[in-house]
Amino acid sequence: MSASQIEIQLIAIITAVACALPGVLLVLRRVSMLSDAISHTVLLGIVIGFFITEDLNSPLLIVGAAAVGVLTVTLISLLQRTRLFKEDAAIGLVFPALFSIAVLLISRYAGNVHLDTDAVLVGELAFAPFDRFIVFGRDLGPRGLYVMLGILLANLLFITLFYKELKLTTFDAGLAASLGFAPVFLHYILMSLVSLTVVGAFDIVGSILVVALIITPPAAAYLLTDDMARMIGLSVLIGTLSAISGYWLAYLLDASIAGSMATMTGVIFFLVFLFAPERGLVSTARRRVRQKWEFALTMLAIHLFNHENTSEYNEESRFEHLREHLHWDNFFATQVVQRALDSRLIQRQNGTLILTTDGRERAKTALSR
Amino acid sequence: MSLGDLLQNLLFDYTLRTVALGSMVLGIVSGALGAFAMLRKQSLLGDAISHAALPGVVLAFLLTRSKESLVLILGAAIASWLATLWMFAIIRHTRIKEDAALGLVLSVFFGFGLMLLTYTQRLPDSRQAGLSTFLFGQAATLLVRDVQTMIGLGVVAILLLLAFWKEFKLLSFDREFAVSLGLPVAMLDVVLTTLLVIAIVIGLQAVGVLLMSAMVVAPAAASRQWTDRLGTMVTLSAFFGAISGLVGALISSTGTGFSTGPLVVLIASAIVLFSMFFAPNRGLFWGWVRQQRSRCQLRLENVLTDLFLLANQHGNLLHPHSIQALRAMNAGGDWVQTSLLRLKELEMVSQLDEHNWALTPKGVETARQIVNIYHPTGEGQ
Repeated sequence: MSASQIEIQLIAIITAVACALPGVLLVLRRVSMLSDAISHTVLLGIVIGFFITEDLNSPLLIVGAAAVGVLTVTLISLLQRTRLFKEDAAIGLVFPALFSIAVLLISRYAGNVHLDTDAVLVGELAFAPFDRFIVFGRDLGPRGLYVMLGILLANLLFITLFYKELKLTTFDAGLAASLGFAPVFLHYILMSLVSLTVVGAFDIVGSILVVALIITPPAAAYLLTDDMARMIGLSVLIGTLSAISGYWLAYLLDASIAGSMATMTGVIFFLVFLFAPERGLVSTARRRVRQKWEFALTMLAIHLFNHENTSEYNEESRFEHLREHLHWDNFFATQVVQRALDSRLIQRQNGTLILTTDGRERAKTALSR
Repeated sequence: MSLGDLLQNLLFDYTLRTVALGSMVLGIVSGALGAFAMLRKQSLLGDAISHAALPGVVLAFLLTRSKESLVLILGAAIASWLATLWMFAIIRHTRIKEDAALGLVLSVFFGFGLMLLTYTQRLPDSRQAGLSTFLFGQAATLLVRDVQTMIGLGVVAILLLLAFWKEFKLLSFDREFAVSLGLPVAMLDVVLTTLLVIAIVIGLQAVGVLLMSAMVVAPAAASRQWTDRLGTMVTLSAFFGAISGLVGALISSTGTGFSTGPLVVLIASAIVLFSMFFAPNRGLFWGWVRQQRSRCQLRLENVLTDLFLLANQHGNLLHPHSIQALRAMNAGGDWVQTSLLRLKELEMVSQLDEHNWALTPKGVETARQIVNIYHPTGEGQ
């Protein structure tokens, strides 16, 4: 691996981790779509900042973009408060409008300058190593690395300092408010950090793809654990994996690194969605099947147990009778009986089925519950 | 360019006519279906559908090497449709909520699309040029054939909407009832979502994947302010969509360098803003007017009854009192004077000198009625 390849992967990993941290909170608070809205509207902040400073590297751009991000969230909640629109419609109204203004401004006034919509939206991680951070003539590495590292530290600091408060406001905003914490204030700080993260990442992975890094790793982690701290750890891990595998996928296809990273978050999520140990599609389906058989076996045991020592026992315990009384079809009934015989819950005797001690126990426990 | 020139161009300029017609069609179809999406609280579904179309467009090109709009639209529709199905599966089978499922599917599909797009752009095949216009759309590149495709698909979508009108109405307002009637609700869900997908993909070439979602939300959100009836709302929404498309295309044609997509979205947003403030009943402005009016009415009643209660203590209901006394009774409100002047116009009070005011017989009668309402057995008797 060449030095620039290592640098690119390092930036990719740091970006993915910086995004995953606030992402966990967004997913848990059910406001993930705000990050999508912000990712569109920061463009306006960047454009306005650019018109003022005429310098794409000015820190003022980041300030402007973060301010527009907060403005977006404020406008959305203002619209919602009029009660004329639901939350989803409010989001869907605000960001396209601000985004359109930005696109018009770019196409009209910045057409010949180094600021085009594609660069902002798509980003090009491959160019990041060319932009060096040089202090007193010494090359300290790519600038993007330091920008994202700063943002990562800010996010990390926020989450560690306010861990308890964030947890409380996330899971029980009402209780948090009544205890004197300020859920709204924390919410706005979080949103400022999300804006900052999106802006910082805009020329690295492109503002839209930040959304994939913010939402997808935490969503996957959410299917793997019930513990918030562990969820943060897993999100960081999944983000890192996506960054590295995305880089090599892009290398193979000679395609956009950011696009490949987003694709890899999707692939990892899809795998988790299918194979997560507790909540994956496969294990859920297997659990359902197992429960179906367990239930049928218990039903059979209870049926036989209820009729034990009664005059109609010979009638009730015949195999043909199960279909009538338990509404099982022939095939299902055969299967259940076979499984019951296999697990020694019943025995076959002169064409009737009788319970074993185990079977009787099972019926009793089920009934006594 | 004058308005006359613009209209003349609209009729006779081939390109402008095509672009305007295309923009109107996309506005009508997305407006009508957006109304249903909004009522079903799925406004942001349009956002996911439009972003998710990108990989479909590029894959359709990669497989067929054709830029025929029907082929690309079909690819877009399939990708969007798969994305929507995956999203619903995530919501149904996991504990991930709608917002995260939407954002996840949207960004992953969009990222995948960008990856494919950049991959395609580096292929030694010049025909790929122009695929990236699907990001922001470029209405100017619309050909008559493209618009014909849009109209064809749009007409199919609208006809299906009308054919299942009753079912979709029930589905949007009372899903449980629809289930209990034995309607194939899951099937209808899929049909309605498919129609939304069609509405969005036919607009992609003109408005682009990044902004098309606005055309689903904005006209619907505006029309909702004007009416409480579904039929009116859908019609109005389609109309707002058409107006946005038309005006956007016209402004863009005046050569100011503004591209059509963002203009169309901004005009639709302006319609929302106007509707938000000035739509009858729900409009914020009328709400404010109503509030001012009732505040004014309450103040009049306050001053009138105060004067009545004061005079009542003198045993003479026409006994005059000074304005200072009335002010004191209303926490020194500055509005006492204004209210008195208004009451004088209504001939309920008369001004005796600079400071003193008294009720007229008409004022006594009105005040008595008001006091009777608030204190049925009180001083008014």
